[in-house]
Amino acid sequence: MKKIIKMREMADNQEGIIAGVSARGEMGRRIREMGLVPHTPIQIRGRAPLKDPVAVRVRDFILTLRNNEADHIQVEVEVPDPPARG
Amino acid sequence: MKRKLTIALSGNPNAGKTTVFNAITGSRQHIANYPGVTVEKKFGTVRHRGREIEVVDLPGTYSLTAYSLEEIVAREFLVNEKPDLVVDIVDASNLDRNLYLAVQFMELGIPLIIALNMVDVAESRGIRVDAAELERLLGVPVVPMVARSKQGIEALLDKILETADNNPGWRPAVLSYGMDIDQGIARIEEIIEQSEVYDRKYPARWRALKCIEGDRQILDLLKKDPERGERIRSICAHTSKHIIDTLQDDPEGLVADHRYGYIAGITKKVVKRKIESRLNQSDKIDQVLTNRILGPVIMLVILYLIYLFTFTVSEGPVGWLEIAFARLKEAVAAILPEGPIQSLVVSGIIDGVGGVLGFVPLIMFMFFAIAIMEDSGYMARVAYMLDRILRWFGLHGNSVIALIVSGGISGGCAVPGCMATRTLRNPKERIATLLVVPFMNCGAKLPVYAVLIAAFFSGDKPRMMFLLTLLSWGFALFAAKAIRSTVLRGPKTPFVMELPPYRMPTLRGLVIHTWERTWQYIKKAGTVILGISILLWAMMSYPGLSEEKARQFQESRNAAMQDLLENPHIKGWIPEGEGIMELSGLYESFSRAAKEKDQRALARLRRSPLTALVEAAYFLETGHSTGRVPDPDLLRAAGSLVRFREEMRRLDALEQQAALQGSIAGRIGRKMEAVTGILGFDYRINVALIGGFAAKEVVISTLGTAYSLGEIGAAEGGSLSKRLREDPEWNPLVAFTFLVFIMLYVPCFVTVVSIRKESSWRWACFSIAFNLVAAYTVALLVYQVGRLLSLGTG
Repeated sequence: MKKIIKMREMADNQEGIIAGVSARGEMGRRIREMGLVPHTPIQIRGRAPLKDPVAVRVRDFILTLRNNEADHIQVEVEVPDPPARG
Repeated sequence: MKRKLTIALSGNPNAGKTTVFNAITGSRQHIANYPGVTVEKKFGTVRHRGREIEVVDLPGTYSLTAYSLEEIVAREFLVNEKPDLVVDIVDASNLDRNLYLAVQFMELGIPLIIALNMVDVAESRGIRVDAAELERLLGVPVVPMVARSKQGIEALLDKILETADNNPGWRPAVLSYGMDIDQGIARIEEIIEQSEVYDRKYPARWRALKCIEGDRQILDLLKKDPERGERIRSICAHTSKHIIDTLQDDPEGLVADHRYGYIAGITKKVVKRKIESRLNQSDKIDQVLTNRILGPVIMLVILYLIYLFTFTVSEGPVGWLEIAFARLKEAVAAILPEGPIQSLVVSGIIDGVGGVLGFVPLIMFMFFAIAIMEDSGYMARVAYMLDRILRWFGLHGNSVIALIVSGGISGGCAVPGCMATRTLRNPKERIATLLVVPFMNCGAKLPVYAVLIAAFFSGDKPRMMFLLTLLSWGFALFAAKAIRSTVLRGPKTPFVMELPPYRMPTLRGLVIHTWERTWQYIKKAGTVILGISILLWAMMSYPGLSEEKARQFQESRNAAMQDLLENPHIKGWIPEGEGIMELSGLYESFSRAAKEKDQRALARLRRSPLTALVEAAYFLETGHSTGRVPDPDLLRAAGSLVRFREEMRRLDALEQQAALQGSIAGRIGRKMEAVTGILGFDYRINVALIGGFAAKEVVISTLGTAYSLGEIGAAEGGSLSKRLREDPEWNPLVAFTFLVFIMLYVPCFVTVVSIRKESSWRWACFSIAFNLVAAYTVALLVYQVGRLLSLGTG
């Protein structure tokens, strides 16, 4: 099952595809010019010792961004199907 | 055909732009600043096939927007100077993001060559780029290359000549950004072309696109033709509203998305991937170096090793330079007659400039270590790991580099520290960092600390040093917080930053980076420091002693000489004619020869019958026997000589002290007692603090003079420690207050100049005032609270 969550909520090593970027202005520009645009596949590589910033693999390189910036990025991720009710 | 070509070199940070620039221009490089801004402009020339090509290195950018200074500088250079073409260095292993900038050059329309760099790195990661196909699809020449090993440089130069000679002219590429925006652009373009007022340096289509994107700089230019400007603004607003309503996005974002869409369409056709290895070398290194537990530990170890490396390796050369300057002083003192000129050259110029140049090896090794951290890609990881902490204080992850260079591990220098703030893109964060780096414990403060710790906190040196290091970090961080919540209030910059893959630094790159920065430091010593040294020397030497006072000292000296002449024990030893002077001269020669264990010189000196007396006096004064045991008569005579020498030294020191007290600096110091009294500082401390403005280690030598110890160097603080401990005015509380004050007060003059260079005179002056206030407030708190608790007096 597919679900859209914020990048901040993703677990380490989790993969996903960017669904939308809601940041505007300078932050929006910085995020987009680095290639974080819709349809881009990403993977969380890890987090700094204090759990912030987060390191993300985008295309062929690694980007770091702070959690409050990751909040503006929606990512489509694969989640296990909920158990069927029986 | 133009004989001389001008080309601009551009590219993303970490795409190898500097390597290409160095490979093309070699050592024929110059650095200047772009007019009015602190962005560095590097340029160089190369001759290729008999043609001269000037290469201008544009700042590394990801984009061509108006958000950052570097990007504005880059695009203004292109439209104003109209170089023959742009060479965009593109990292083949990271094609999509690198082409984002290339596409923007195409939109601008300037003739473009793509240098497809690092094809070897891409291959090693299983990425193969079809350069010919890329050239065909983009319609732009593409030259594959490996700049590190100079592969493809010749081909690039050939292509530059070929492209420039075909003179394609500016032809803005037409991309589609979706129907709404395309229509908007077309309408704006038409209006711009009708206008007689708008200058033609920007292509109309590009200008229209920038208006739609909401580019502040370009929108401001609309005012020149108010009527058309208003119409354009209304089209932009309409387009923007429509896009927000229908797509929940803004035009700027939509344009970026379409650029990436265009790029994705191309890279899909030109990039062939073998099975993607999920973990490349760089990822594996990062799993260890940025690990949540291991990462910080390894970082501390690396920083400590850098500190150790810098100080151990530079110890030798710094010592040699010290000796060299001491020799130079002796030589100059021997040539120039005694008097104000000699004093100016020796105490003013050589001491001042030498004090700064003496640090060159230390600075050079520190820069070398920093260059390794930067070129390898580790620096970005340090910023990444520490960003969370520094952000809380209103700084940026990258601020940590500047703080460490300035003495964050105790020992460093704020001058390269100021230069290291250049990696900070947000001006507010950069200035806040600039203002707090002088709080770090730089190498020049350490000898001052050593003297005071030895005098009042003996046995506690490691703990005191650790405490002072913690204090300086604490002060710096909280001062940053205070600055960022008042005078430099403003939003934090986004941290969106690339973690570049780890790379082995090239020796050539390291040498160039190290030398560039070191040379800037050396240049300063020759200009600013020279001036300020002369000024401080004059302040501490003039107006000198009054004739009355000088005569009193001369009379005391004459009396001492008379005493010696009439002393029955020594009478027969005083030579005719020159008399005491000759005896003194002989003593100096003998003591130098004895210290250097120069047997031949000793033997030569011993031919004089007077040497027996001198030798005995040397024995009495130093306790070092030179082989001969004097008889009691001789010892008595020598004793008188030693007492005479002591008296003369005492008079010299008193005279120096009196001269300093009467000098301009001394008088200012006295006046300052009105405000420094409540810190426990008397005029002697004040004078030392004034001296410390030239360089912090001057505090020691000035205190030495102020406490009438004669001239002492930073290395021989032992006698000063003892003198201070015995002085009733001093106690551990005064000493600690003084330590804190030294840590925080006015940065040395070179640092102030560096701060100005990285910001403006306004901020440099603010820095002086801010640090003084901070030092005064903290020192006052320490001293007065300490007194309330009756610390240090018991």
